[in-house]
Amino acid sequence: MSSALSNLFWILIFPGFLFTVVLGLAASWIVRKVSALVQWRVGPPFAQPLYDIMKLMGKEILLPQEAQRHVFIAAPLVGLAGVLLLSTMLWRITIAETAFVGDIIVAIYLMVLPSLALILGSSASASPHAAIGTSREMKLVLGYELPLVLAFVVVIIKTAGHVEPGQQLSLAAISEHATVLSVSGMLAFLASLLCVQAKLGFVPFDIAESETEVASGVIIEYSGALLAVWKLMHAMMLVALPLFLVMVFLGGFGTAGWPLVAGIGKYVLVLVLIILIKNTNPRMRIDQAMRFFWFYCGIALAVAVILATIGNYYGISWL
Amino acid sequence: MSWKTWSLKKSVWVFHVNTGACNNCDIEIVNLLTPKFDVERFGMKLVGSPRHADALLVTGVVTRQAAPRLKEVYRQTPKPCVVFAIGACACDKGIFHAGYHVVGPVDKIVREEDPNAIIAYVPGCPPKPEAMISGVVKALSAL
Repeated sequence: MSSALSNLFWILIFPGFLFTVVLGLAASWIVRKVSALVQWRVGPPFAQPLYDIMKLMGKEILLPQEAQRHVFIAAPLVGLAGVLLLSTMLWRITIAETAFVGDIIVAIYLMVLPSLALILGSSASASPHAAIGTSREMKLVLGYELPLVLAFVVVIIKTAGHVEPGQQLSLAAISEHATVLSVSGMLAFLASLLCVQAKLGFVPFDIAESETEVASGVIIEYSGALLAVWKLMHAMMLVALPLFLVMVFLGGFGTAGWPLVAGIGKYVLVLVLIILIKNTNPRMRIDQAMRFFWFYCGIALAVAVILATIGNYYGISWL
Repeated sequence: MSWKTWSLKKSVWVFHVNTGACNNCDIEIVNLLTPKFDVERFGMKLVGSPRHADALLVTGVVTRQAAPRLKEVYRQTPKPCVVFAIGACACDKGIFHAGYHVVGPVDKIVREEDPNAIIAYVPGCPPKPEAMISGVVKALSAL
């Protein structure tokens, strides 16, 4: 009983829902504020994301007449659940050094879940704009999953050179080594930073929900509390995905003292990199994005995999 | 004041409807987003879909073609919402008052759909951005 209660506490309050939502709202304020500063504006007040969520919770929910109602309503909740599990898992690995078999693969699966939920929800909403958004989102997922997994392969090869024989190769083991301090690790980090950009739906990869082009695309038909759930999901992704990058490439998060400060610094660094990429680039077309991910990122990562293997074989740690 | 109204005043998302404007008011609306006025300070932002909106900024006299679309957009906006008639044409037909294609000012068309709609008027040809901000403040304090 008590273990069930403590698990509930893990999921709903401390590193899970409440904590991540608060952090995520703060992170989405940082995104808006830094974007405003880049554009020489003042930007919104600190509590603005909270006001937005509160307002959306109080508004009317409109369901399109032609929509598949159950899927339409369930999709945002599925996405939120996925991000919730992902962030709880990542925090738990950071704080309590938990490891289980296959956590790397589980993390990869959970990271696809929000995009899948977006695809489900928008294709259930019976709107032509949402249909365009759906097809773009699907192509985008196909595009960025390949480089992301390849980047992960690089990390696994690099870490396999470090772990003792018999020690499990888990996320916790990976997060003890800063893979980015090598040529192949740097390549993999840059590529997966761009993949995270696409996962977050930020410029230059906001192709699926481009507001000026397909009028918010995938979330066009959502209103009221359902839209608030999408916004919450996005805010939590702003915590989970940079945290994932920090754990995989930058040597992880500490729990006390200087490692904790360094971890916060790494997180902010990744977040600001994402925001600056967002603010200095125009939107790509979907074919350009796919060519970028498959061709350019693919080749760069293939080179990185080869470099990492050579480095491992001959014991050169900077390769 | 309930928390719903309070949070609505703190974060007004705006959808821009052009029902036959000459584009002058639209340019002035876009001015609101520039560094000089920056309405994001007050939590306002332009959104791409009426379903996300709390306020409709309607510019231009309502033409015969645009009237059913305006009603449709109003129906698609989740309530509570505020309609802003921006510019002389939207408020009272302006220089197009005798046009064959004109069916009426914005308030008449919206009231045909919903007699209790909240409508705010910002006159001017085009209205200054300051006038629009002042209109929004007045409309929100009346909620």
